[in-house]
Amino acid sequence: MPRRVVILGGGTGGTMMANRLRRRYEPSEAAITVVDRDDRHVYQPGLLFVPFRLAHADEIVRSRRRQLHGGIDFHESAVEQVVLEEDKVLLADGTHLPYDVLVVATGAVLQPEETEGLTGAGWNENVFTFYDLQGAEELARALEGFDGGRLVVSLVDMPIKCPVAPLEFSFLVDWHLTERGIRDEVELTYVTPLDAAFTKPVASAHLAGLLEEKGIGLVTEFATGEVDGAHGRLVSWDEREIPFDLLVTVPAHGGAPYVARSEGLGDALGFVPTNPSTLQSLAKPNVFVIGDATNVPASKAGSVTHFEGETLEENVDRLLAGEELSAEYDGHANCFIETGFGKALLIDFNYETEPLPGRFPNALGPLPLLKESRLNHLGKLMFQWLYWHALLPGRGIPGIPEAMPTSGKERQPEAV
Amino acid sequence: MTTIETHVSELERDAEGFLVRPEQWSRELALEIARENGIPELTPRHWQVVEFMRESYLTTGAAPSIRALGKESGVPVKELYSLFPKGPAKLAAKIGGIPKPLGCI
Repeated sequence: MPRRVVILGGGTGGTMMANRLRRRYEPSEAAITVVDRDDRHVYQPGLLFVPFRLAHADEIVRSRRRQLHGGIDFHESAVEQVVLEEDKVLLADGTHLPYDVLVVATGAVLQPEETEGLTGAGWNENVFTFYDLQGAEELARALEGFDGGRLVVSLVDMPIKCPVAPLEFSFLVDWHLTERGIRDEVELTYVTPLDAAFTKPVASAHLAGLLEEKGIGLVTEFATGEVDGAHGRLVSWDEREIPFDLLVTVPAHGGAPYVARSEGLGDALGFVPTNPSTLQSLAKPNVFVIGDATNVPASKAGSVTHFEGETLEENVDRLLAGEELSAEYDGHANCFIETGFGKALLIDFNYETEPLPGRFPNALGPLPLLKESRLNHLGKLMFQWLYWHALLPGRGIPGIPEAMPTSGKERQPEAV
Repeated sequence: MTTIETHVSELERDAEGFLVRPEQWSRELALEIARENGIPELTPRHWQVVEFMRESYLTTGAAPSIRALGKESGVPVKELYSLFPKGPAKLAAKIGGIPKPLGCI
């Protein structure tokens, strides 16, 4: 009888794992089921461009089902809960799905309701997020009607998906306003709860420099306690205030709602405690986790999910064979950072090594690290094609190894 | 009877002042670190948070974020900010002698 592999989530990680495992096993060896609540797969990096009408909904949304290779069962239903003790998943449509191996790939969800006032007065009027498609489209309309004043870009709390995206939005909106000839009419401010522009020191220094060059104000250690859209105020827990005419914010994130309903599976925020090297859950040996759904100390990003794929495929196989797991995943992440005017930065890092300057993918590589270039921008655009045609099918990306390459990185002393 | 007191100035700390070896921590040291950071006394509410932080770190290997603290420590976020101004998770971790919370990447 084939082993039963159930994958929760048909996004980046779930689709990629289903396709990898389908290639690895004959149908007589493994039955693979992917569960998702809908059939809309959003290319999330594209959301950044929607507010500027540089990307449109019809280009970045495709059918989830159609990204899955033949011989994979797609079950469209929300998840009610995982019953770890009985090795089964209960679905909202009443189905019980027993499994031999479970892969949790349900990502992170936006929780704007966690912040007082955020979804109250002004929501989608002078307070927006571009982190979902509807919000990004509403923001596009608002930006068109915006002709000056205080524009604030903020993130409420870490962790968030793609932690560089709000910075990219700031750079792109600076470009957008410049092109429209109204940049001088706008006071642009970036607000973060972190103690610097980004999470790691060398990259933070570079990014803070870029903000300054572009005349974007930086407010750090601002932990948003309340959003008051009616009076255009952002209020921190320690009672500082930042006034705005237009707020673009990234709400707090948590795990998918069923995680909290599944006893023993998740942490306080609904993420699943996961071994950072093997990607096995700490909840039970036959439960693995990939992508944004984990609590591992890596960015919540598509590149992380992609680089996790090889380790996870290997470990599912080892678990089914009763062998010891391999501890291969190194926390590798790789992100293009759009900086506007047709340029982008690139950062490449892992659990141990922070983003450093240099070249990618090696010392002679074409892409400069932590430095603006047109080639990096083209790389970001090309990535969309690779996403649908290499990443989701579970293939490697030519020239980009799963483990972080060290050649090409300029080692630096700790302080900058 | 004599006691040998260790002072925080004698211990190895990272650039931001977090203890490198959490096992060297004691309640007396916590008070010293708190004072260094502008908190003159540790009230029972401070201790509730510091002990929760330390306990979580020692059992799970990671310090909780502010939001997780607000949900699980029994002290709401608003009060966390009045107890530990600016960065409650960071400051409570420092006082509790555990590494800087990794939560934000």
